[in-house]
Amino acid sequence: MIPEIGHLALIIALCLALVQATVPMIGAARGNAVWCAAARPLALGQLTFVLLAFSCLTHAFVTNDFSVLYVADHSNSRLPLQYRIAGVWGGHEGSLLLWVTMLGGWTAAVALFSRHLPEDMSARVISVMGLVSVGFLSFMLFTSNPFDRLIPGAVEGQDLNPLLQDPGLVIHPPMLYMGYVGFSVAFAFAIAALISGRLDATWARWSRPWTVAAWSVLTIGIALGSWWSYYELGWGGWWFWDPVENASFMPWLVGTALIHSLAVTEKRGGFKTWTVLLAICAFSLSLLGTFLVRSGVLTSVHAFATDPERGVFILAFLFVVIGASLTLYAWRAPKVGLGGRFALLSRESLLLTNNVLLVAAAGSVLLGTLYPLVLDALGLGKISVGPPYFNAVFLPLMVPAIFLMGVGPYARWKKAELPELAKRLKWALASGVVAALVLPFFMGSWRPLVALGVLLAVWVIAAGGMGLVARIRATPGGFFGLPRSYLGMQIAHAGVAVVIVGITMVTAYQEERDVRMDVGDTAVVGGHTFRFDGVRGMPGPNYQSSMGTITVLDDGVATRVLHPEKRVYTVQTNPMTEAAIQSNPVRDLYVSLGEPLGGGAWSVRIYFKPFVSWIWGGAVIMALGGFTALSDSRYRLVLGRRFRPRALRRKGTEAPAR
Amino acid sequence: MKARGLVPLVVFVVMAGFLWVGLKLDPREVPSPLIDKPAPDFSLPLLDAPDAKLSPADLRGQVWLFNVWASWCVACRQEHPLLVQLARSGEVPVYGLNYKDTIPAATDWLDRFGNPYAATVVDADGRVGIDYGVYGVPETYLIDKEGTIRFKQIGPLTPVVIEKTILPLVRELNA
Repeated sequence: MIPEIGHLALIIALCLALVQATVPMIGAARGNAVWCAAARPLALGQLTFVLLAFSCLTHAFVTNDFSVLYVADHSNSRLPLQYRIAGVWGGHEGSLLLWVTMLGGWTAAVALFSRHLPEDMSARVISVMGLVSVGFLSFMLFTSNPFDRLIPGAVEGQDLNPLLQDPGLVIHPPMLYMGYVGFSVAFAFAIAALISGRLDATWARWSRPWTVAAWSVLTIGIALGSWWSYYELGWGGWWFWDPVENASFMPWLVGTALIHSLAVTEKRGGFKTWTVLLAICAFSLSLLGTFLVRSGVLTSVHAFATDPERGVFILAFLFVVIGASLTLYAWRAPKVGLGGRFALLSRESLLLTNNVLLVAAAGSVLLGTLYPLVLDALGLGKISVGPPYFNAVFLPLMVPAIFLMGVGPYARWKKAELPELAKRLKWALASGVVAALVLPFFMGSWRPLVALGVLLAVWVIAAGGMGLVARIRATPGGFFGLPRSYLGMQIAHAGVAVVIVGITMVTAYQEERDVRMDVGDTAVVGGHTFRFDGVRGMPGPNYQSSMGTITVLDDGVATRVLHPEKRVYTVQTNPMTEAAIQSNPVRDLYVSLGEPLGGGAWSVRIYFKPFVSWIWGGAVIMALGGFTALSDSRYRLVLGRRFRPRALRRKGTEAPAR
Repeated sequence: MKARGLVPLVVFVVMAGFLWVGLKLDPREVPSPLIDKPAPDFSLPLLDAPDAKLSPADLRGQVWLFNVWASWCVACRQEHPLLVQLARSGEVPVYGLNYKDTIPAATDWLDRFGNPYAATVVDADGRVGIDYGVYGVPETYLIDKEGTIRFKQIGPLTPVVIEKTILPLVRELNA
């Protein structure tokens, strides 16, 4: 009965979304205030019913209702409760339901916090989001209904894919989807601005906090995914350039460009059409990512059940949404005047360069991701594009982008002077060069790529730190008087530097050994001695584990004990590796069990990973920067109090550097 | 409408075209190394008569389908009615490989959902499955009169595959 209620709730949500996509839009076009006013209650109503459907599916999982096909495919009565709940988004249908729930949440948030906007603007924005929701709800109802029954019901479920039975998976997809879908807000604002023809600074200001929020959450989502693959896949990699990873990374790159471009549009009225295009692209890439993952056009380690029929549906939807947006763009954008002029060297030009680099990076990732598909489509054979391509094109684009990250905040709007920039930045550059020459020696050996990584990281930190200090001195009230958005920018940039350190160090100095170990054998990796003390059987709730014991010895003294596991899940019978990781801020010790070799001996993989946790730590710092910027008093006013739009358009009241 | 504004749209349309074509291709359709090779030999006990054994050599001279299934496999249940229907049509005999399963569970399953198999052999430890390169259950092989594998379906059979690929191939091989 409850699954049927969930199904019905989805149908009602679709009906509400259809009304939401049309009535407020027509109301805005005709100036009918009553029709416009329908937007908010519709958005809230849609969220209510989507949440009801989500609760019904969760209920089916929690109560082990294996007469629901999706539950029978993705759960098991012996699956621990937290994974039964996470199982809701462990497969295709449930992932879509999560997507729609997130969209409903963002729409409701826009509805609640947009009372200061002109009525026709908020009506259009909510309407565009309703249109997106129509697409996804009908996709779910027509091709992938999570509430389909299995008659007669299964006695026992197929169990959740063991790879997904992990705390990381409980939070990774919701964060990732929240970020992905969050770009729909900027998209909706851009489309609303295009439709109304008011492509001025105001739409940029309205959509800025939403974009920053989505970007911050997406950053955390991507970092969680990387961390999960690091400890769960058992071979210590943290990024594979897998199509599904790329699908989340492309919107992030374009979203980063969008945040910076929005700043120029808001402050200087420049880049107007470019910013609109970026907003459309960021969300289009989110949709494309969904298509790539859900349609099965590309193979990937994430491969969930895929189905070409579903692919046709998403592609058609993609075509309608992106095609219509870009047509609208082609029609409206040329009528928008250019913004304020700026010199060849100015903050605008630096931000534009950064934008172009970020978009080029996203473009090259897109190319690498789709290239196998294009070749296959042209009948030129099956290939796969791997890390060598991505590293080769990605690094040269990121190096200048990161260099400019240090310069940008110093440059003045409109026109900057090279001598002045050089004067202010020479010490930052000098400290970077010195660090690049000296630091790698402390790690054991000097290598050019390490020097480059250190140079960039120290440069970003030093330039940012000096800028921060100068700014604190010039601000009444000191540190606490700084605008939060400026502080947020500095924090996020520092996060990038931390990520660079992590990537550089772990790539250059990691050590790994794949050894056969008998009980009592030792191996030395990264200056630590690892002693293998054997493997014993351990029962788990829905698996049987072989748990190894490995003692780490420093100078002959046992300092810590690691317990890597090899698990065989009862239902799906595939073996899973659970690595044991001992982490501290400057290095990880990573041990995973390979295969039993007979006579108590095992093949064991031992890794020494210097600074690897900085990669995820840096991403968290970036997201913190985003959240700090969100708490800026300007946005708080916008979000909290009823704010008159006229006050928003006032210019020149903020400090110039932000 | 100026040409410059159209650029993103054109780029997108080209990309969508490739995605459209790409949808019809299966990236996982790695040509199976077993196609046009002799079906790997085995000699396994029958599900309903553990003392009797069956091997591919016994089936020489006829075209047959070899379907890998298990009672624990939900996707098998999904394709099962198609197999029952196919067996009833008498176009091609279906033999089953009961993969990593228990005999009582498998027998129960066939009693409940119908038995389309001319015979089912038991591969309890999955060793024959390895020889056949089984990725996951279900999988189905079409084997000709000389004992050569002519077609392999990974995943559940669909009405389209049966009508458009398997049956025409069966008729051609029988002709």
